[in-house]
Amino acid sequence: MKSLGSIRRDFTPWNDPSARPYIQFENVTKKFGDFTAVNNLSLAIFEREFFALLGASGCGKSTLLRMLAGFEEPTAGRILLDGQDLRGIPPYRRPVNMMFQSYALFPHMTVEKNIAFGLKQEGMPSPDIEKRVAEMLKLVKLEQFAKRKPHQLSGGQRQRVALARSVAKRPKVLLLDEPLGALDKKLREETQFELMDLQQELGLTFVVVTHDQEEAMTMADRIAIMDKGEVMQVATPAEVYEAPTSRFVAHFVGNVNMFEGKVAERSANTTRITGSSGAQIVVENSGAAAANADIVFAIRPEKIKVSSKKPADAVNALQGEVYDIAYLGDMTVYHVRLDDGQIVRASALNAARVTEDPLTWNDRAWVSFRPDAGVVLAR
Amino acid sequence: MNTTWSRFNVTSIVLGFAFLYLPIVLLIVFSFNESKLVTVWGGFSTKWYVSLFHNQGLMDATWVTARVGVISATVATVLGTLAALTLTRYTRFRGRVLFSGMVFAPLVMPEVITGLSLLLLFVAIGLDRGFFTVTLAHITLTMCFVAVVVQSRLVSFDRSLEEAAMDLGATPAKTFFQITLPVILPAIVSGWMLAFTLSLDDLVIASFTSGPGATTLPMKIYSQVRLGVTPEINAACTILIAVVAVGVILASIANKRREVQRQLDERAAQRG
Repeated sequence: MKSLGSIRRDFTPWNDPSARPYIQFENVTKKFGDFTAVNNLSLAIFEREFFALLGASGCGKSTLLRMLAGFEEPTAGRILLDGQDLRGIPPYRRPVNMMFQSYALFPHMTVEKNIAFGLKQEGMPSPDIEKRVAEMLKLVKLEQFAKRKPHQLSGGQRQRVALARSVAKRPKVLLLDEPLGALDKKLREETQFELMDLQQELGLTFVVVTHDQEEAMTMADRIAIMDKGEVMQVATPAEVYEAPTSRFVAHFVGNVNMFEGKVAERSANTTRITGSSGAQIVVENSGAAAANADIVFAIRPEKIKVSSKKPADAVNALQGEVYDIAYLGDMTVYHVRLDDGQIVRASALNAARVTEDPLTWNDRAWVSFRPDAGVVLAR
Repeated sequence: MNTTWSRFNVTSIVLGFAFLYLPIVLLIVFSFNESKLVTVWGGFSTKWYVSLFHNQGLMDATWVTARVGVISATVATVLGTLAALTLTRYTRFRGRVLFSGMVFAPLVMPEVITGLSLLLLFVAIGLDRGFFTVTLAHITLTMCFVAVVVQSRLVSFDRSLEEAAMDLGATPAKTFFQITLPVILPAIVSGWMLAFTLSLDDLVIASFTSGPGATTLPMKIYSQVRLGVTPEINAACTILIAVVAVGVILASIANKRREVQRQLDERAAQRG
């Protein structure tokens, strides 16, 4: 069986027409004065989904999250949670909880009191609160830190307290604003997997805002890529990477090579493209591109092979000169300057310790790729 | 770093400190003078301290000052905190610049003018001058100082703390009393202490706005000095200095301790 990229888990309610979305943004617009932070945006998130909002800073992703939490009201449009319109409901009456980027731990309260804060607000009897707090401390492995104040904790421990506090009330939806932004790289990677396990264990819907594409790819079932207050694409990590629908998304997630050209000929499965310098390539996945249309062919570096001789079976092979090589250990990145001047980035996994076909600067080289290795996008 | 004690350095330090503290030292020394003449040393004695406590006028004035100080500092702290909250939270309302200017203008207003205008006001509305009017005047004087102190703390206050509290189900009122207030409390306490101290040593405004039966300590001291300085006044001032000095020293020791403890904790936390 073939699949696009790797399958994370068997969970695809968005492909089921009978599934009702749990959170719905319907034509939501948010303006701050003259600035439009979110522009006529619609989005559906499903129950138990791990959903990521990915974008550069200022793209409106945090505003979206804050509207869901109730800290901002949409200028137009509406937000539904489990079918209920959230307009006018203040943050303290919404069944969602948020984990803040700064953690926002109450500095004058111990870890225990921080976690108990939300439970006290809803008037839970104190024996139950104690039980729940103990449970939460166990969940985030901070049992022996219960009596400490936030400033007596390390960054990673603070992050876990913030997490425990935000899930203590068993919210229907947990909102996470750059949850791992303040952690160092190694801790961040560990915590990503912990968050995924936690989401599975508690069966909650997670909406996470991040600017880190690797983080989004690792954790999320689906990713919404945002730019200038609009959603550019909503898809699984594999689809976003392997089948971007726009140049923006292709560029934003991972590295990509773009070949500009015109559709020369279309057949049932394949399309022949004439590049701007006259080179011809044959590709699949050309979507609705009509004959003579100006298009770009987008292909990821790891799907391009670099070799000193032209591979015998290559459908698409272009000649050039090795311009730069970066050896990164697990892989090697080649920059090849094609004869028409375009620079192509190709990466090769160093599966063996010894390279069969060593290339170096200024060597003549061939770059080749399969017809199904990339996608055709509108110019 | 050069740590040699050059003759120049020593001289400047001695002169500097003498300039600042010689008058106070003289006052303290002469409060223990046996002689009734302030400028002639007649041997060591604590009799002026004893007679001080039998001077009903001075004791009454002390009591008035303490009450005026506590009440005006408390009211000024509440009002000043509210003003500071408004100024930091509502950054865009009509007349904000005017409002903030007006809150802080009394900081630089000459006290004579504040005192005189308050006096005119009290006369105009027919308010009998006394304890109540001094207290009102001191609230006016000290409120802006509290606002400045509290505002500087609020500027660095992390608003996401309040959002987190509301997100966890606390209403805005609960959020204020359970989160905002405890976090900015140190600034509010310093604001209160500043207001109390200002009220304690104010002479000008009190002279304008006070009436019979509400003589504050500075007024009493000033009026007695005009009749001639007695060692009793020196004793009263020495006690005042001692009270203020002990307060300041205790406050800074407590502050320093907390700071050191915090740094130790943070270092320990980073180690794991």
